[in-house]
Amino acid sequence: MLPVAVLALLALATPGLAAAPQVGIADIEDEVMCPICGTLLELAYSPQAERQRVYVKRLIVEGKTKAQIKDALVAQYGREVLALPEGSGFSLSAYLIPVIAFLAAIAALTVGVLRWRRHTSQPGSTPTPPRGADAERLDADLSRYDL
Amino acid sequence: MLALVGLLIFGLLSKGDARVKVGEPIPDKRLPLLDKSGDAAIADYRGRWVLVNLWASWCTPCREEAPVLERFAQRHRRDGVTVLGINVQDNSDDALAFLRSYPTTYPQLRSIGNERSSAFGTTGVPENFLVDPHGRLALLWPGPVDDRDLEEQMIPIIEESQ
Repeated sequence: MLPVAVLALLALATPGLAAAPQVGIADIEDEVMCPICGTLLELAYSPQAERQRVYVKRLIVEGKTKAQIKDALVAQYGREVLALPEGSGFSLSAYLIPVIAFLAAIAALTVGVLRWRRHTSQPGSTPTPPRGADAERLDADLSRYDL
Repeated sequence: MLALVGLLIFGLLSKGDARVKVGEPIPDKRLPLLDKSGDAAIADYRGRWVLVNLWASWCTPCREEAPVLERFAQRHRRDGVTVLGINVQDNSDDALAFLRSYPTTYPQLRSIGNERSSAFGTTGVPENFLVDPHGRLALLWPGPVDDRDLEEQMIPIIEESQ
């Protein structure tokens, strides 16, 4: 009984020795590709995909984190294994371009609405009457056409 | 917008036929050996005929082909012929396990992902490329080879040039 209790205490005292899974296979499968199949790993069932899945499961059992598993997959299969573009370098444009396009669309819409509102709020139906010299010239012109 | 159009045009243009053609220099690159004992390139065997075999551990025909290539390598080693394996699109642990099941004495290189497959323009594995002593492609053999293919298709090309 005593040896069992000692072992249990040891296990509690050294949690790092038991590599608990940090992530599930489903969390990885939908973020990495089966490079040969050209689809997400979760949708691939070719022999190569099965080997890749076995490799991921092994890393999960070893207690690797999602980032560590992705790094290991890149080392084995190349960058094409990543389904999501990286957040640096040229791949960053995949994230930036939609944001920039959205902001540009919002800006264009705002400018358009402001111009339209300014145009409609102008008192175009009640023109200001001419004054001074303009009024005299208008009167003179009108009197010339009086019948 | 101009940049996007440029990228689109570049993408369309770069989708041309990338497959290496007979008579052209073989794509070459220094690669690590699969057992991590060093590195090698096809150019290291300049002056010899090199049969480059692209393979993967998950490829079923590669299992039948490996012993064929090993026999060929041993039979023609003294005739100035070298077989050079390049493991592609594979996991290195699986590739090493494959070689334990199907041992080869010829050098085995390791290419990560699709990099070498794209350079050679392959459509799958296995594919075989007979490279002449000047580093030019003499024969392209998509799919697995058997003893007869090697002796009747490749050896006459080698003998003709000697």
